[in-house]
Amino acid sequence: MPEVENHAVHPDSKSGVPESSSKTIGLTDVEWRRLAFVLSLSFAVILPFVFEGFTTFQFTLAGIYAIAILGLNLLSGFNGQISLGHSTFYGIGAYTSAIMINQLEVPAYWTIPAAALICLSFGFIFGLTVTRLEGLYLALATFALAIATPQILKSKHVEQWTGGVQGLDVYKPDVPQALPLEADQWWYFVVLGILLLMLWCTKNLVNSRSGRAMIAIRDNPIAARSMGINTSLYKALTFGCSGLYAGTAGALSAIVIEYVAPDSFTFVLSFFFLTGMVIGGMASIPGVIFGALFVLFLPNFAEDFSKNLAYAIFGILLIATVYAMPSGSAGLFSAILTRLKQKLNQ
Amino acid sequence: MNLWNRGIICAIGFVTLTAAISAAEMPGVTDKEIKIGNTMPYSGPASAYGTIGKAINAYFNKVNAEGGINGRSIRFISLDDGYSPPKTKEQIRKLVEKEKVLLVFQSLGTPTNAAVHSYLNKKRVPQLFVATGASKWSDPENFPWTMGWQPNYQTEGQIYGSYILKNHPDGKIGILYQNDDYGKDYMIGLKKGLGDRSNSMIVAEESYETTSPTIDSQIIKLKASGANIFFNVTTPKFAAQAIKKIFDFNWKPVHFLNNVSASVGAVLKPAGLEKSQGIISVSYYMDPTDPHYQNTEGMKRWQKFMADYFPEGNRKESLNMYGYLVAQTMVHVLKKCGDNLTRENVMKHAANIRNLKLDTLYEGIEVNTSPSDFRPVESMQPTVFKGESFVPLGEIVKSGNDKIQ
Repeated sequence: MPEVENHAVHPDSKSGVPESSSKTIGLTDVEWRRLAFVLSLSFAVILPFVFEGFTTFQFTLAGIYAIAILGLNLLSGFNGQISLGHSTFYGIGAYTSAIMINQLEVPAYWTIPAAALICLSFGFIFGLTVTRLEGLYLALATFALAIATPQILKSKHVEQWTGGVQGLDVYKPDVPQALPLEADQWWYFVVLGILLLMLWCTKNLVNSRSGRAMIAIRDNPIAARSMGINTSLYKALTFGCSGLYAGTAGALSAIVIEYVAPDSFTFVLSFFFLTGMVIGGMASIPGVIFGALFVLFLPNFAEDFSKNLAYAIFGILLIATVYAMPSGSAGLFSAILTRLKQKLNQ
Repeated sequence: MNLWNRGIICAIGFVTLTAAISAAEMPGVTDKEIKIGNTMPYSGPASAYGTIGKAINAYFNKVNAEGGINGRSIRFISLDDGYSPPKTKEQIRKLVEKEKVLLVFQSLGTPTNAAVHSYLNKKRVPQLFVATGASKWSDPENFPWTMGWQPNYQTEGQIYGSYILKNHPDGKIGILYQNDDYGKDYMIGLKKGLGDRSNSMIVAEESYETTSPTIDSQIIKLKASGANIFFNVTTPKFAAQAIKKIFDFNWKPVHFLNNVSASVGAVLKPAGLEKSQGIISVSYYMDPTDPHYQNTEGMKRWQKFMADYFPEGNRKESLNMYGYLVAQTMVHVLKKCGDNLTRENVMKHAANIRNLKLDTLYEGIEVNTSPSDFRPVESMQPTVFKGESFVPLGEIVKSGNDKIQ
């Protein structure tokens, strides 16, 4: 999936007034952004008709990862709370969807908002309980959650629901008859639609009053509190929202992959999300798409290089990114654009 | 249009038609090559099993070097899935839809294979000889394109159950098991084998996670429960710890060790041979480190293979021997197919293996399948550890079906 927008969020961009009236090759910045958005979107729409089913499926998975990474970015990038436990939210979302489809025979589409709501409440409650923890301690608490998840899913108390270690099969609903699409193409568009909705919501959220409160808590919690922001409530709410994103992604993954098992939701998945977020760019909304593509496709490239080095390459790139481009690929991209603009305007 | 032109056009049409038909019917097969797909956990938590994929690849290299299969060489495309089911689905779809492999062979893991079970059956692609001991792979009625290979864990558990019922009817059983599909399948099997008596005979069950550093506390609890039979369902590292601890705590139960860890080199030697005397297990292929079998013809062939084609592999590692044996089974099936390498024909021959002997299977154990029996290796040899090796204990037990209840 291509980038939807090529700019970091500016608080004042919604005012409709261009920040600078200078034009680059006849177009203002806002016009360039719109053009890039339209081009990227049309590329995303054409994509499943150009590639075969398998590649479309890969891009669908990338879209799902992008939603989960977006949730993590909201929490870590904008609110400053590090989470290594997002595999748990993703897993809860996936299992909610799988159990509803497999055992309660609820139509698959309805399970997505249900999973989102369950993860929202779970995230909020978890967020409240860890509201006093910061930095390393929060990372450890969420890490514990991620470690415990597969074991809880396997335990015999919930086995009758979760299918235990054998997992659950999920039956993907057919494509609506009126549409001349293959199953892979249809689910690609469903995921693309949800991703666009989520991106739009996130953009509006971080530009709102609540969003500014979230960012203020990240930048200086004491100052934020003294300005009258209820920091614990906002932190818990952000956790809930972040859980909602991850839960939605999890539910979509259960439906698209048609199977859930405890081994799909190990802490390694949390590291994948974290890597995707850092590589894409902390606090960058369009960056999550690059991060998701990276996380999905890098192991495949790494494999051509050496069979058992995928994780090592993840680690090396993570460290390299933190040192060489701390604002991730989104930061790098906008730096290149600024340079280019300066050159062109000279 | 004259007759000549018409003839040419017809000929071209005919050639393209046959080309299209043969391409459609024999995906993954050309005159020179047979493409076989596979996924293995080369990275991630289960990466120790990755050596199976390397051993299989080495064996196919040997077959290719010796002229291939009816003139075609095998191209083994083995991809990493990191033991993650979503990645398996992605990689298997890549193998089927992009690489267009003839079949998927020996993909490893229960949850990973489960993730592509219905996909491969829907696509009618053979999912042959999967590397997992779960019982769900032999279901020819509902999943006619999927077949396991090794005796499954449940039936092995059942063998121990029946054995205990027969030889120690008054025993009190304490169990240590790994908390996953493998451990739980053994438990189900044992309970089936014990039948009605399972509730009264099993006095303690303790589990551990693969991430635990030690199992000391579990052993203490089991000893305290008063059990006089110890059923040890653990992977090699924990099995060695358990054998040591039991000896150190001076607990002297009748010790049943699951086949997964019945390795002299990887488990009993590190634990101490004097501490391992009298351990009972079951097995279907020889232990590569067992001095008792070093001079058999099959073992010599295996050693030559390891030296010539897989010199970097560990010759004491029984997983390498497992890969060797399962690859031999695959080659047998492909050779039987002749030039008719369609997916249907591959399944037909996979389901009609008769008394196939492999190099290092125990004497008397053969590979057999039929259209209603998708369990290639069904028999196991009970063994007891004496001196420096496992020696046969009684007769070979056929474990293929549920009859032994």
